[in-house]
Amino acid sequence: MSLLDHLVIFPILLPFFAGVILLFPSISSALNKQRVFTIATSVLMVIAAAMLLIKVQSTGIQVYALGNWSAPFGIVLVADAFSALMIALSAILGLAVILYASAGEDKNGAFFHPLIMFQLMGINGAFLTGDAFNLFVFFEVLLIASYSLMIHGGGKQRVQANIHYVFLNLIGSSLFLFALGTLYGTLGTLNFADMADKIPHLSNNELMITKSGALLLLAVFGLKAAMLPLHFWLPKAYANTSAPVAALFAIMTKVGIYSIWRVHGVMFGNQAGELANIALPWLWPIALATIAIGAISVLASQSLRVLCSNLVIVSVGTLLVTITLNSVQASTAGIYYLVHSTIACAAMFLLAGLIQQQRGKAEDRFVTARAMPQSAKLGFVFALLAIALIGMPPLSGFVGKALILQSVTDTKQMAWIWSLILGAGLISLIALSRAGTSLFWRTSGENTTALQGSPIQYLAIGILVALLPLMVIFGGSISDYAQLAAEQLNAGLSLQQLNEVAK
Amino acid sequence: MHYFWVPFLPMLGIIIPLLTNKFNRSTCALATALLPALALGLILFDLPAVLDGQAFTQSIEWIPLLGLNLSFRLDGLSVLFSLLILGIGLLVILYARYYLSEKDHMGRFYCYLIMFMTAMLGIVMSNNMLQLWFYWELTSISSFLLISFWSHSSDARKGARMALTITGAGGLALLAGIVLLGEVVGSYQLNVVLNSAELVQQHPYYLAILSLFLLGAFTKSAQFPFHFWLPHAMAAPTPVSAYLHSATMVKAGIFLLARFYPVLAGTEVWFVVVSLTGLFTLLLGAYTALFKHDLKGLLAYSTISHLGLIVLLLGLNTELAAIAAVFHIINHAIFKASLFMAAGIIDHESGSRDMRKLNGLWKYMPITATLAMVASASMAGVPLLNGFLSKEMFFTETLDQSILGSLSWLIPVLATIGGAFAVAYSLRFIHDVFFNGEPKGLTKTPHEPPRYMRVPVEILVALCLVVGIFPAYTVGPLLDSASLAVLNHPLPEFSLAIWHGFNIPLLMSGLAIAGGLAIYLNRKPLFRFEGLFPAIDAKIKFEGAIQACVRWAQKVNQTLESGSLQRYAFWLCFFALALIAPPLLDLDTTRGSQAEYPLNGAVAIAAVLLVAGSLATVIWSHYRLIALLMLSLVGLVVSITFAYFSAPDLALTQLSVEIVTVILLLLALYFFPQHTPTSKSRPSHFVRDLAVASLIGCIIGSICFALMTSPLDSISEFFIANAKTGGGGTNVVNVILVDFRGFDTFGEITVLGIAALGIYKLIARMRLSMRTKDHDGRLWATDKYPVLLSVISQSLLPLFLLISAYIFMRGHNLPGGGFIAGLITSIALIQQYLAHGVDWMTKRVSVSYHYFIAIGLVTAAITGLGSWAFGQPFLTSWFDYFSLPWIGKFELTSALVFDLGVYLTVIGATLLILANLGKLTTKERLTVGVR
Repeated sequence: MSLLDHLVIFPILLPFFAGVILLFPSISSALNKQRVFTIATSVLMVIAAAMLLIKVQSTGIQVYALGNWSAPFGIVLVADAFSALMIALSAILGLAVILYASAGEDKNGAFFHPLIMFQLMGINGAFLTGDAFNLFVFFEVLLIASYSLMIHGGGKQRVQANIHYVFLNLIGSSLFLFALGTLYGTLGTLNFADMADKIPHLSNNELMITKSGALLLLAVFGLKAAMLPLHFWLPKAYANTSAPVAALFAIMTKVGIYSIWRVHGVMFGNQAGELANIALPWLWPIALATIAIGAISVLASQSLRVLCSNLVIVSVGTLLVTITLNSVQASTAGIYYLVHSTIACAAMFLLAGLIQQQRGKAEDRFVTARAMPQSAKLGFVFALLAIALIGMPPLSGFVGKALILQSVTDTKQMAWIWSLILGAGLISLIALSRAGTSLFWRTSGENTTALQGSPIQYLAIGILVALLPLMVIFGGSISDYAQLAAEQLNAGLSLQQLNEVAK
Repeated sequence: MHYFWVPFLPMLGIIIPLLTNKFNRSTCALATALLPALALGLILFDLPAVLDGQAFTQSIEWIPLLGLNLSFRLDGLSVLFSLLILGIGLLVILYARYYLSEKDHMGRFYCYLIMFMTAMLGIVMSNNMLQLWFYWELTSISSFLLISFWSHSSDARKGARMALTITGAGGLALLAGIVLLGEVVGSYQLNVVLNSAELVQQHPYYLAILSLFLLGAFTKSAQFPFHFWLPHAMAAPTPVSAYLHSATMVKAGIFLLARFYPVLAGTEVWFVVVSLTGLFTLLLGAYTALFKHDLKGLLAYSTISHLGLIVLLLGLNTELAAIAAVFHIINHAIFKASLFMAAGIIDHESGSRDMRKLNGLWKYMPITATLAMVASASMAGVPLLNGFLSKEMFFTETLDQSILGSLSWLIPVLATIGGAFAVAYSLRFIHDVFFNGEPKGLTKTPHEPPRYMRVPVEILVALCLVVGIFPAYTVGPLLDSASLAVLNHPLPEFSLAIWHGFNIPLLMSGLAIAGGLAIYLNRKPLFRFEGLFPAIDAKIKFEGAIQACVRWAQKVNQTLESGSLQRYAFWLCFFALALIAPPLLDLDTTRGSQAEYPLNGAVAIAAVLLVAGSLATVIWSHYRLIALLMLSLVGLVVSITFAYFSAPDLALTQLSVEIVTVILLLLALYFFPQHTPTSKSRPSHFVRDLAVASLIGCIIGSICFALMTSPLDSISEFFIANAKTGGGGTNVVNVILVDFRGFDTFGEITVLGIAALGIYKLIARMRLSMRTKDHDGRLWATDKYPVLLSVISQSLLPLFLLISAYIFMRGHNLPGGGFIAGLITSIALIQQYLAHGVDWMTKRVSVSYHYFIAIGLVTAAITGLGSWAFGQPFLTSWFDYFSLPWIGKFELTSALVFDLGVYLTVIGATLLILANLGKLTTKERLTVGVR
């Protein structure tokens, strides 16, 4: 095997080694060294992710058998078009977050850089693994890192929100274990492909037990994804944590969505025999309610970070809709939208950090306050992001929205989904235009003398913002790629195919 | 063809004003005008071919999956609109050069203006519906920026938000309509869609498509009941109003109706909805305009009224009416742009727009007054001016319809009344402003504007006259080709002439002028009557409605997100319960085919202890120490159970984990109050939570029972069979941990390491105060480090280390391994901490524990990487047997090094937590409770 044959595991090992090296004596106390080191690592991760993406696109699905034990006995990593895309997304997000934090946010607590690295390792592992228990392990990695990152910078609000977050996720983790135990108890295997192969051949008794276990997983992933009624932790947690952490967390709900897609959309999807599409009757109303409640909360939001958190919830509902629609076309739309919404929300969280920093005591609340020293620059970026988040042209939101609308074919579903998605768009428009005019124009008195955003922070936001028009300009090839990902995703992967690829 | 570049030229031009802003104002304006002028040139270049009746389309694939193509068309309609957009746009650029003051950021203004121009050009030239919508939304965004240009004014912000909200909502409806239409037709290309009228109109979705399109058009074109945003958009600088409300923004809705006329019009519904909406808007606008004291307010309502007129014409479903509509689009754009500009000049040079103050300006600005009078005469429909011609055509068409059945005669009557009001408000504009005595309370003496500020008005007014007098030679060909595009089939005969003989339309014109005069002369009683109605400010109403929605949303939000963790946890558990319970209801029995073990005394006692321990933990959860002890009882029983059922590894692990966690928790408890405040939860919540918890317990229990009594064919057979041959160890559990599923272990030790870092991070900056007394007021013991304990623990240390080394080494083949060994070492060290205190230990152990974690993790990972050198995937294990003299045969495995990594990480993690919790007790200690 040449070095490139190990490419699949790079997105896990790169941040791991970076995180560990950051703990060693000469570097652990030198913040500037840490910054250079993590930025370099993130650039490497972007390169590795891009290489993986190209490799998957040109040569098909990649399988990496850890310890050289073939599936279903050993653990395998599976990089298909969807997971490679998610890896690329997390790499870019990671780079932006680290750049932003390197301007000074990383000073406000210990181990910021290593924790971000471990966080990325967990996220990437969850995207790549082809094994149910290993997914649990990487969920733990990303959770435990997120518990620590969320309190970065300290403060009562943050700790309190974190307690909710930790407590609920601990329940979630135990449910995850129950569910895995149940599924292992009937299927006798942990490899996703093998599980999918065995599900249609279950006996009667096993069927119902398996169904229980599979649905329990929906609660676990749903908690992570922040779908209704498990979304309560999100607004507080995201709105109270530091800007770079919130931005990175924009992809965390997507981990839940991703898992629902893989497990409930595909493993228990059309090919699951008796257990085909068992989650859909649940997901259908949940998806719509998540959009509705998310949109109401968007309207109710009184600060930019809360508003943005609620937009995350709306995007979760929208993605669940695309899962529920259960077609390649819908998955294509969903995958495109997922990338768009993650980038846009993350950028908005970063921007909210700068706004908060420059508005003095008013922070990012929608009240009259003194003008910001960099009002023009921030306002410009805000306008762009608002346009993207509402789903207006010329930025990528509209492509995603239009693709989703097109993918609804049933008339009855159309009435529901269209009105909710378009309605949520209108509400975002109202809320964001109010937010923007309050933050930037309803000013009194002199400019604040607060710290200005540093160039590196603008660079971080700029990287993300630049992707939004690029996703439109190159919308043709990106949507084609999303379609490839959707096709691979919906086709599923049998154990036999998996092992053939592994060879 | 060159037209393909037309929408792109202004797009490139968006940044030019920003770049040239630093030069003088004229340079900036000139540079800004350059690219639109070039675009206009390109259009004129292609004009002859289009006037010949040709239509061109060009497409480049953009997002094929979406059906979105980069696709432009040049036909009569798009040429007409492009000419208006670019022509009036250029005049507005010139006008704005003089209108804007030094304080205004000219570059920014032009930037928004050109952005808007680009968007409008895109709309009218699109040959792809999604692309059309793309530009449609861009007009909403850029008009928001233009209206709110004076962002310091609250009116401007609110007006802009209102416009954005209404047109944005319309835009969303339009998107839905377009996607629906595209799905019905199977293409988003206009040249396909426009020829599918039959397919579309017979499709069950037709009604939905039509209503969505009309929503889009009516919101944009300010038709009733969406008209209210337009007057408030007047908070914009006047050049913006002149541009947006004559030729562009509001005409976009009209354009939409005209563009989709071939595919959507012609049905009964279209007829009724479109024409009646237009008629009502026409009357409402004309009536309201008369009562506006603000010049721009009058013009705004007049615009609404004229838009209503055009919509009514488009709704009449006759070919001639559609032609009249196109004609009026041209005429209205010309006279309304000039009137807005004139109003801007008056405002600029006299400091007011209030017609109660502005009087007798004729003396001060005769040229402007003349121009404005000609333009308003055109607006009133006075012969020899362009407005007259299209109004005549309009009157003719109202006669020839049967929209209201036997009551259809009402339409021409109402049209004449509308015409009369138009005459009246035009008269008011002329008479109030330029005559009617002397100006009252103006802040400055009015005077003529700078020479070039008047040029745009002069050009437009000249056009009014030229078109009005020689219609067939001037706009004739353009009107023909545009109408051809609207109708999508050959035009009927019609004549563009001033004089059609004495006929009913002429009579109606005459009546309208006479009636207008009469209304204006009797304006005082009319104003008094109007004064009886309470003044409604749409802005306040609209803001109020939005605020009410926000308040409602906040109420809903607060009800749902109460901030109670108990409640959130309930939802999670309840949701899980709702998911897992139903499948079990479909199950007859959970008993599988596997034989059950007979119950014996030992197992029964353990089970009872387990249940009692769990219950006690819950019951005494408010007494933290007792709860912890009970919890440890549970752990102990679990360990024993493992041992009993032949899982010594698990038993050992569980036992050592229990010990370490209990010690750490005890240490943490030290900082907590000893009693949790008694629960304040409501009894109903108590019952609810108890029920959910018990039900979940029952269900999990049932599932476990079902699983344990069923035979299972699983991958574990493979592990048992291959542990020795493939993994080089006889302890299957350990081989699974370090080899088969070593990657899981790799992940889990990372988790452990991160957890320690996180806890360190959490408490590193914490300054906890410690109480000197316990809950009952007893002082804490001061006997800190009992000698007996320190002596014993110190002497036990080597023994402990020896045991852990032994456990570690034998792990691969016998119960043990890195994890357990690590915990045993930790316990030994923890004991030293307990016996001697943190300070004593810090002196002796100089290494920071997080290096332990780092070294451990690196060791494990490097072992994994080692296999790369041999061309194997990460974590591939290696083992072999060697023999040395005296020692004999022994085994070397890579897994042992991996396990060493596990060992080090475990020690590092547990001790990092312990040492830092412990540190809190020594340094900077705050004490409270001493009196």
